[in-house]
Amino acid sequence: MIKFTPFESHVVPMSIDNIDTDQIIPARFLKTISKDGLGDQLFCDWRYDAAGTPKPDFILNQDWAKQCQVLVAGDNFGCGSSREHAPWALTQYGFRAVVSTSFADIFKSNALKNSLVPVVVDSATHQKLMALPRDAKVALDLAAQTLRLPDGTVVTFPVDAFSKYLLLEGVDELGYILQQDEAIKAYEAGRASTLNTLAA
Amino acid sequence: MPKTIIEKLWDAHVVSEKEGAPALIYIDLHLVHEVTSPQAFAGLRARGLKVRRPDLTFATTDHSTPTTPKNLPIIDPIAAAQVKQMETNAAEFGIPLYGFHSDKQGIVHVIGPENGLTQPGMTVVCGDSHTATHGAFGALAFGIGTSEVEMVLATQCLPQRKSKTFEVRVDGTLRPGVAAKDIILALCAKVGIGGGTGSVFEYRGSAISALSMEERMTVCNMSIEAGARAGLVAPDDATFEYLAGRKYSPEGADWDAAVARWKTLPTDDGATYDQSVTIDASTLEPMITFGTNPGMGMAISGAVPDPANVADPIERESLRKALQYMALTPGKPLAGQAIDVVFVGSCTNSRISDLRAAASVLKGRKVNSKVRMMVVPGSQPIKRQAEAEGLDRIFRDAGAEWREAGCSMCIAMNGDQLTPGQYSVSTSNRNFEGRQGKGGRTFLASPQTAAASAIMGQVTDVRTLLG
Repeated sequence: MIKFTPFESHVVPMSIDNIDTDQIIPARFLKTISKDGLGDQLFCDWRYDAAGTPKPDFILNQDWAKQCQVLVAGDNFGCGSSREHAPWALTQYGFRAVVSTSFADIFKSNALKNSLVPVVVDSATHQKLMALPRDAKVALDLAAQTLRLPDGTVVTFPVDAFSKYLLLEGVDELGYILQQDEAIKAYEAGRASTLNTLAA
Repeated sequence: MPKTIIEKLWDAHVVSEKEGAPALIYIDLHLVHEVTSPQAFAGLRARGLKVRRPDLTFATTDHSTPTTPKNLPIIDPIAAAQVKQMETNAAEFGIPLYGFHSDKQGIVHVIGPENGLTQPGMTVVCGDSHTATHGAFGALAFGIGTSEVEMVLATQCLPQRKSKTFEVRVDGTLRPGVAAKDIILALCAKVGIGGGTGSVFEYRGSAISALSMEERMTVCNMSIEAGARAGLVAPDDATFEYLAGRKYSPEGADWDAAVARWKTLPTDDGATYDQSVTIDASTLEPMITFGTNPGMGMAISGAVPDPANVADPIERESLRKALQYMALTPGKPLAGQAIDVVFVGSCTNSRISDLRAAASVLKGRKVNSKVRMMVVPGSQPIKRQAEAEGLDRIFRDAGAEWREAGCSMCIAMNGDQLTPGQYSVSTSNRNFEGRQGKGGRTFLASPQTAAASAIMGQVTDVRTLLG
């Protein structure tokens, strides 16, 4: 995993609550057996018309938004399914952070495993971000857990300490679990099992 | 100190706890399907890892699979490749699989309980947000992403932070025409789609105890639609009765020991929860959703809410956008709204009791000529049982389609889908924009309400058809 570094970016506002994973990446694109190629399908049904032509009024189709690395969305972002294709699509498009007043649990967990930082802010900060002019930039520093607004305001945001460590150091989480083999073996030795899926 | 069942399950599965890191918890059952696992198996291959516990792992194909007759090929080449990949992965890594042509194939959350794989006291995970279904057995069951699928395949463990405990108390007796589905839709409407975020629900109270295991599965299934990653019901005699004699259930002395252990799981008297909500089952009506998330629901006698009455600007805009997508008029009742499709199926409502409930309304009646009705059983054994009971004849005689088992139009990735603008009454779990097909509009309801609506060709209060 690549180490997560501080960055500055313009922001894309989407003032809608409860943006679900079916909007982020519709289910028909989940037939892939690869992780790649999902960026073009991000927000597909909001982004393209029936003929597959980009809708000019959709924010991600506007030139200024194309280089943005920060998405600001309404409350409870990422609700719905467990599909990790959602953070894959967001990061392949180019996003490195999503800012909201809250996130759905599974999406948040999936995002952190893909170097996409879920940034929770209070509603006053959220309103400020939603109203930013296009040329304004924010600065995100994961190590300091801060988001700096164009007016100089610095807000801090919560991040799970372990996830933060994994992202900043580029540590492989599965590798970390594999190192605990002794503890896993000890647990297995004492565990009462009533299931064997290989029997019968 | 008295503990809730949620805390007991957690404590029993902690493998290790280190300062500054989440606890490592052990997974007793890992269910796998074709959509969220290929990238995980590819990860194992890339690292040269094996599946640590194939004996605690079970796979099926359900999401991408067509529900057309089994002698037909999978026409979509991308779906066919994904199904094939599941077969390849199961064979290579030694995982049991009820594949596309198995006579036990079915929806992952249906076949787990059906075969006795799901048992009380377990931790159960699957790369699917409706994994909470298995919570009906007193298991801590939750959906995970593909990175986590890879972790569980490789180590049988997951780093997890403890969730908050959330009591959902449902007392009273359901009135005729009101179903388990209406309880969970009422909860979603009450707490909202994000209401349970960060929590595990425990459903309890007299109305929950009175539910059959299949009804409890319906309730637990949609915990995620109220934001909770997991939801469960403490095991009781109904649980043990359901499990006795199932294929993977323990037997003999093992069974007795298991039941004795399972009886220690229910929440202790005096245990407290981080949060509680109560629902009076005796006042519930059949529920229906009007919007584009499962929290946007109401009693079927209600009227579509007006965004003008919503104070918060983003909330108002979200409701306005939802009603625009659904093409509904604020202030008008939903009963009487013309529909095009009725879908009975999904991990929420595709079990034999769901099919019986829909058939009991349809018996001797016809599906409205303007409506396409699809009935999709949750598994091949359920399909055979329904046929043995003659339910398929009731559906076919009424003019409904009787299809093969799978997720079908709940997620609409297998070819079963709405066309743009169509309205559907569906027994599934999500009414998100485009969920059942691009541009499609979904009203979520119980199997009884779905069947009544199919007959009338419009959203219908099933109580108007009860004798």
